[in-house]
Amino acid sequence: MRSISMETVEAKRQEILATLKDPTATHEQKVTYLARHAENFMTVLDEPEGLDELMRCDPEDRCICNLFEGDAPYRPRYICPDYETFMKQGSAFLQLDPPKDLWEALNSLQILYHNVPSITNYPVYIGDLDLLLEPFVKDVDDETAKKALRLFLTSVDRTILDSFCHANVGPTMTRAGLLLMQVEAELENAVPNLTMRVSKETPDEFVLAGIECALHSAKPSFANDRMFRSELGDDYCIASCYNGLHKGGGSYTLCRLLLGGIAKRSKNIQDFKENQLPYVMDVMARYMDERVRFVVEESGFFESNFLALEGLIHRDRFSAMFGLVGMAECVNDLLEKEGIEGRFGHSEAADKLAVEIMEQINDFCNAHPAPYCEGTDGHYLLHAQVGLDSDQHSSPGTRIPIGEEPEELIDHLKNINLFHKYFPSGTGDIFPVDLTVHKNPKFVLDIVRGAFEQEIRYLSFYRNDSDVIRVTGYLVKRSEMEKLAAGHNVLQNTTGLGLGASRNCHILDRRVR
Amino acid sequence: MQALVNKIIPFSSVDGPGNRTAIFLQGCNFNCAYCHNPETINTCVNCGQCVSVCPVGALRMQDGQVTYDYDKCVFCDACFKHCPNSSSPRVRRMTAAQVMEQVRKNMPFIRGITVSGGECTMQRDFLVELLGLAKAEGLSTLLDSNGSYDFSKDPQLMEVTDGVMLDVKAWTSQDHEQVTGVDNAVVRANLEFLAKAGKLEELRTVVSPGLFDAERAVREASAIAARYQDLHPMRYKIICYRPMGVRQAEKERLQQPTEEYLAQLAQLARQQGIRDVVVT
Repeated sequence: MRSISMETVEAKRQEILATLKDPTATHEQKVTYLARHAENFMTVLDEPEGLDELMRCDPEDRCICNLFEGDAPYRPRYICPDYETFMKQGSAFLQLDPPKDLWEALNSLQILYHNVPSITNYPVYIGDLDLLLEPFVKDVDDETAKKALRLFLTSVDRTILDSFCHANVGPTMTRAGLLLMQVEAELENAVPNLTMRVSKETPDEFVLAGIECALHSAKPSFANDRMFRSELGDDYCIASCYNGLHKGGGSYTLCRLLLGGIAKRSKNIQDFKENQLPYVMDVMARYMDERVRFVVEESGFFESNFLALEGLIHRDRFSAMFGLVGMAECVNDLLEKEGIEGRFGHSEAADKLAVEIMEQINDFCNAHPAPYCEGTDGHYLLHAQVGLDSDQHSSPGTRIPIGEEPEELIDHLKNINLFHKYFPSGTGDIFPVDLTVHKNPKFVLDIVRGAFEQEIRYLSFYRNDSDVIRVTGYLVKRSEMEKLAAGHNVLQNTTGLGLGASRNCHILDRRVR
Repeated sequence: MQALVNKIIPFSSVDGPGNRTAIFLQGCNFNCAYCHNPETINTCVNCGQCVSVCPVGALRMQDGQVTYDYDKCVFCDACFKHCPNSSSPRVRRMTAAQVMEQVRKNMPFIRGITVSGGECTMQRDFLVELLGLAKAEGLSTLLDSNGSYDFSKDPQLMEVTDGVMLDVKAWTSQDHEQVTGVDNAVVRANLEFLAKAGKLEELRTVVSPGLFDAERAVREASAIAARYQDLHPMRYKIICYRPMGVRQAEKERLQQPTEEYLAQLAQLARQQGIRDVVVT
């Protein structure tokens, strides 16, 4: 372990003091932040040369970001337990027998949730709730089942204090799935985030139930089951924002390229492609290699955590996510440097350049041997990261910047169709829709069906006047943001991120469809 | 076969079920007081008054004709807002194949097309051709019509039309003349003919209190349509009059209904047996 200077110690002590005194943070939030401060005193990673200059520098020059993952990773970033196995075998560590009825099933799940770590300390994947609960709802009538689900989901919303918590339903329609849609529509909660996996075989009735639900509570989002299945196999799930990962596995880490920063340090397109981008990708990949190595070889997580010991996760189903943001700003900046007219999402030249850049990043990723990523053929998975509340002039992943969306939705969809295929571990686009659709939910159905015939991976919709809204990938309540803005404590951590994003990233100004 | 096309909306959520490309043809044989797109009523007479109000020079007078530059246009609508003739210089003359080319760009995101207007049946031959092309590519075809065209006499058109969204602007002839300037015997006959043929997709009544007896219109139309509901599911759309786009003189005279009144009308339709009633 390298030593650190007293100057650094003093700076960190000031940060800790600020956390202790923060009037807008709840007790639990302070404990989480304090743990992060402690982790960041550590210097256990053998970081690649050049990382500091690319990552720990002025925000404007930054090219790599580790998303505050901390400097001593002691658990994988995202953990996706195999809940089916848990339902079959219970847990010795948690002293739970396999559940026999709906009450035991919901109780067992809630207990397990509190023991699933992640970067947020809350579970980022809480299971394919419809399939897990279908065997248990058959013994109860609709009203009883809905009452139980209502209590369960309310408990999830009030105790998993972070909306990077994700449940899945579909692609098969079940009674449990339909009941979940009805209850979620009624509750209008921010947690859990929810994805409906949609295949050609998913009945319209189920997708429409999902759309009705989304127009009330901004969820579920819709995932292209065909694409995810072809890339990750049948055991995939959607976790956190919209991340495709293996069930019984997860992701060790997620770092992201700040493409805008890389464009800024490039003289022109040629310099970007031949020098700057390859250099930054190489540094980031080696930094990720080291993070993965520490989690696997040194943290002891996989040797001691009951999830691994009881077969609810398997080290060889983990991978890691090679993220990126700011494609739009990158392309616009590069074109400007070349004196070429055109903006991302509006000109063929810009979109073409973006595709070339994606091809290059994809090739790099598929060539870089990633340690301990057997589950994904020994390579990292590309990920269109949704951004941070502190991001400025950097759009999520390959999204068209808010305020610059094409006038016609068809032109917007054509743009995203170029990019979704590159991101097996997740990307997505978000569309607020006019209330009129309320009376024509098949409008959204047609767009989802059409999109999933093409190479569009993941779509989210919400009603433009809804209280629950999708910030970038996660959900917040407008009413909770207002409370926080007025200086009050709020229950969920993500409300703060949402407030930051509404100030910095204009998330309330998306073009309404 | 060419038609005058006022505009094409690639994705529409309000012109029939699902997502549809809506094509608005130019020219109408009614003159409804509350018309919200009066620029679709008449054909341009090349008076040139719009040329001087265009802020970006997208309109020019050439050999006695107004020409329009789509690429320059900023869609501020100044041209037709100043048109003394209820027309628009932005109307394009297009063949059915050209329109279909535009429609195709929106596939596979749309389930069909809706041809509206103006009054689309005034360009009947074009309509038959366009709907035939759309059906050949698996799209459903709807018409948005004021009901002035006798559908029962045109099996060829009915063959390529999956459904008609019919305006019931009033019930009695007198009321109908108040609203539109013309009689509605054909509209009433069409209502029954289309319902019986399983081609009545939607009934629509725009409500502005004092203009006509809306209760009677909704009650009578619902009673007839409800009988044939099982042949083809239909929706009754009760539409609140809104002044947006309406001509100034009419705007000053027309009134908006209350929400309660619209809800009452919806209830009336339901009482007659219509299952799917929507207020918008």
